[in-house]
Amino acid sequence: MTHRPATLVADARTDHSPWAVEARDLVKTYPVGRSKPPVRALDGLTLQVRPGEIFGLLGPNGAGKSTTVRILSTLSRPDSGAVRVAGHDVLREPAAVRHSIGLVSQKPSAAPLMTGRESLEMAARIQGLGRDAARRRTGELLDRFGLADAADRLTRTWSGGMNRKLDVAIGLVNRPAVLFLDEPTTGLDPEARAEMWAEIARMATVERTTVLLTTHYLDEADHLSDRLAIVDHGRVVAEGTPDSLKSELHGDSIVIELTDSAAGADAAQRLSRVPALVDVVHEGRTVRGRTDRGATVIPAALAALEQGGVEVASATVARPSLDDVYLRHAGRAFEAVAS
Amino acid sequence: MTTLALHSALLTRRSVTALVRQPAFVAITLVQPAIWLLLFGALFETAVQIPGFGADGRSYLEYLTPGVVAMTALFSAAWAGTVYIEDMTLGVMDRMLASPVRRGAMMSGTIAYQSITAIVQTAVIIGIAYAAGARFDRPFPGIVLTFTAAVLLTVVFAALSNAVALLSRDQNALIGISQLLSLPLAFLSSAIMDPQLAPDWIQTAATYNPLDWAVVVSREGLAAAPDWAAIWPRLGALTALAIVMSWLATKAFAAYQRSV
Repeated sequence: MTHRPATLVADARTDHSPWAVEARDLVKTYPVGRSKPPVRALDGLTLQVRPGEIFGLLGPNGAGKSTTVRILSTLSRPDSGAVRVAGHDVLREPAAVRHSIGLVSQKPSAAPLMTGRESLEMAARIQGLGRDAARRRTGELLDRFGLADAADRLTRTWSGGMNRKLDVAIGLVNRPAVLFLDEPTTGLDPEARAEMWAEIARMATVERTTVLLTTHYLDEADHLSDRLAIVDHGRVVAEGTPDSLKSELHGDSIVIELTDSAAGADAAQRLSRVPALVDVVHEGRTVRGRTDRGATVIPAALAALEQGGVEVASATVARPSLDDVYLRHAGRAFEAVAS
Repeated sequence: MTTLALHSALLTRRSVTALVRQPAFVAITLVQPAIWLLLFGALFETAVQIPGFGADGRSYLEYLTPGVVAMTALFSAAWAGTVYIEDMTLGVMDRMLASPVRRGAMMSGTIAYQSITAIVQTAVIIGIAYAAGARFDRPFPGIVLTFTAAVLLTVVFAALSNAVALLSRDQNALIGISQLLSLPLAFLSSAIMDPQLAPDWIQTAATYNPLDWAVVVSREGLAAAPDWAAIWPRLGALTALAIVMSWLATKAFAAYQRSV
């Protein structure tokens, strides 16, 4: 994890708020049909991002992460709520915001029939750089992302990982105060994903850019974020550094796998009566709980289950992970919802 | 150079670059109007001999050429919106809309690209017509008027196609609407047949048909004695419609952003 001192963003002079990104009480609904109630994508989402940090927005698909990014990057308007990005009111001064941000959406954003160099140069010129400045910036970014060798080939011949890097490079072309990365590593193979992580961590330092990234990978949020917010059903349910969120959960987490999923409720009921075992929840054939004394609680828990005739497939004790944080705040296990 | 003009130029160049990198597509773009010209030309060659056909002593090929120019412009422009649909499928549209690029430039960039295509196609059609033996009484200002009419018609329908793409966000809807519009507009006009020979209602429909306006501007312009009273109002109407359609289509960006 990278911890850097908060650096001032480019437009900080005109900004009275100390935040690089500030969203308050965002509500956004989408109509789905004539007789159905509208879907509430955002339901009072509030978040604050400090200048210079990497801020992770973690949640399963459909939690409202992409909707949030669309609103912050001027693409969409909330039904209600207030948004400021890089010192500008997003709803009143979208043009000023667009000069200060970079957006890397989930979908590839370079034209397949252009070369990487052409795409970058064009993006730079649209951002207001002159011909020479655009050429210099393009060369700089191609080198940085290791794309210089492929720069003059059409991007449709590039690999997925290379195209993703180009998307990020395009997002950085105007040296944005705030860079939005929407699911930056979705669809990448593990090697390309590791490279992208290194790139994101490095660029936040080198470019002094505030990064807001969305992800449905717990390990990604854990690895990259200085701070993160867990989003569920359009609201932020927990916020903090990965470490502080984990240490909020004192003690160990216990996971017991049953052989029969029908026994889940019964097992949970029996386990909740075990002394020193708290927060017992079950989902399918998995039962989870937390305790301060993992070593002594496990035998007691297994005994209680055996007494009730519940068959156990496995039992584990672990230090809390972000998964547990998610479980605690969203009330259900992360893998169950992240498809 | 103003920002709007610079952005338009950059976006036009993007489309032209993409086009020339697809030689097969370029070939189809140029061969299709040639096929129409030669096929319709051969099929209806004797149509000019029908009593009452207003050919004014011209061959059918000479009569047909302005019609094929206008039809080609319309059919090409009706596809303009597919560029936006592709951009929406990729992240290009999102990235553009979140960047300082002007909405007007996104519209004029694609329209300018379509206009360049229309100019090249018109030149090819006139060239083939000449090669096949057509001779025009007044190349000037007739040829200039032909190009102007083709470009204006292109602007009208490229803007319409872009607006449909932004509002429907769907390739199939776009194809459906352009198919539904293109053929009726082509046949409810003087493009390939003199409407004097058709039922009254077709003559009336042709009066309100922008494609027919373009055909008449071009055909009258190329005639030995141009009927300026027929040319000016149609040229004016085409220009006005082109401006209005471009403006409305640019407004459609706002509707698109509200819907996503």
